[in-house]
Amino acid sequence: MGKHIRTINSASIAAAITGRGCGECQTSCQSACKTSCTVGNQACVKKTEK
Amino acid sequence: MLHKFEFDGKKMVLDVHSGSVHEVDELVWWLLDDFEVLARPELLEKFGARYGAEEVAIAIAEIEELEREGLLFSPDPYKGKYSPPAGGITKALCLHLAHSCNLRCRYCFAGQGSFGGANELMPAGIGKSAIDFLIGRSGSRKNLNMDFFGGEPLLNFQVLKELVAYGRLRGREEGKEIEFTVTTNALLLNSEISSYLNQEGISAVLSLDGRREVHDNMRQTPGGGGSYEQVLERIRSFVDSRDGSNYIIRGTYTRCNLDFCADVLHMADLGYKHLSVEPVVATSEAAYAICEEDLPVLFSQYEQLARELLRRREEGRPVDFFHFNIDLDGGPCLPKRLTGCGAGYEYLAVAPNGDLYPCHQFVGRPKFLLGNVSEGLVNGDIGDVFRNTHVYTKEDCAACWAKFYCSGGCHANAELLNGSIYKPYLLGCALMKKRIECALYLKVKESSQAG
Repeated sequence: MGKHIRTINSASIAAAITGRGCGECQTSCQSACKTSCTVGNQACVKKTEK
Repeated sequence: MLHKFEFDGKKMVLDVHSGSVHEVDELVWWLLDDFEVLARPELLEKFGARYGAEEVAIAIAEIEELEREGLLFSPDPYKGKYSPPAGGITKALCLHLAHSCNLRCRYCFAGQGSFGGANELMPAGIGKSAIDFLIGRSGSRKNLNMDFFGGEPLLNFQVLKELVAYGRLRGREEGKEIEFTVTTNALLLNSEISSYLNQEGISAVLSLDGRREVHDNMRQTPGGGGSYEQVLERIRSFVDSRDGSNYIIRGTYTRCNLDFCADVLHMADLGYKHLSVEPVVATSEAAYAICEEDLPVLFSQYEQLARELLRRREEGRPVDFFHFNIDLDGGPCLPKRLTGCGAGYEYLAVAPNGDLYPCHQFVGRPKFLLGNVSEGLVNGDIGDVFRNTHVYTKEDCAACWAKFYCSGGCHANAELLNGSIYKPYLLGCALMKKRIECALYLKVKESSQAG
């Protein structure tokens, strides 16, 4: 933790390329009428299972 | 790429390509603007007089450390190019069980349930073919989704039951798990239907717009009366019957209730914990359509809501507002973030007659007809266009700081408002960005309380 910067999360999106894109996660929907899931708040099934 | 924003005195920075979020002080806030432009001695000279040379040197060192760790000024991992894998996998269907509705909502995008056609219920045979179609196209995917939609899907409850049984059976045979969801206006949620949905573990999306006058203004019965009273009564007994779990209440706000924060809080005050309220999408001729001039009010409403939800969380009575949820450590992978909903290939909608469309919002539009569950996909080119429409091919998205959270936004909204799925609906973008900022702010607050 720095004196001038407090880092909230250090997980990198860039690390989520290799071995990903399996498609097992829930379908997301960005339209206003369904709210099945938007992408930003979705979890990765692989990570959840680990 | 960095995105700097402030909320109630907190200065925050999102490093877009790593997804890392930082809370910074005033010195770093200004330093970051010049960090990639000026040499270190120039930075010391520019900021030293105001903040002190020693502090500037410390701050520069902190920035450099984070840069080395890939958490500030990180490069685009795909360098602006992405080719989605080819292949014909479909993992989710939206089944239009009924093109008919027992409400006449004024803002309904589905033409009061009929999608511009005749009132129609999906026969069980078509639904079963849809399940076979889904399983047949699911490749190695184990987890599949099926949403019962309409119109009002519970008008076709017997078929719904038959399809759930068939889906479970076929799933067992093929090693698949189909998760079912129903999106309903709640009017038909009697004890029999509620028990069934509970017993089968079917998730429910329940429509309620908030305060009585707001709900009744838009969500009307065929006779023109309000539906708030009846809907709320049924939602109450339904949610109680499943012990307050596995549901989400979703509402729509329009120009008629720009003070929508009050509607979210109304539903929270009724005791509901899982809420989603979203802007109506309508063309400008509709009196209730949201306009650009409404944005300042709406931004302030989201801020007010964030503050209130924070207060409730601190008081030990948290509310789960869907659009402020964000997972900074375990979110979706990058390919998912780039492609979003998968409409047109991974996710398809099925009309009552079995016709296939890219998603529920395209149903009934001949230009987007993909095929039929019986004969399969005929117009595969349309699916390819959707598959290749993502963050790096949509206009303006690649340069947008919110790209890895909104994934380019809704294709259907883009098409409706701008006539092209490549051209995002900018008003929706502005609201999405505000929601993401609020979500990040809540994470920063949560983290400072935990620390």
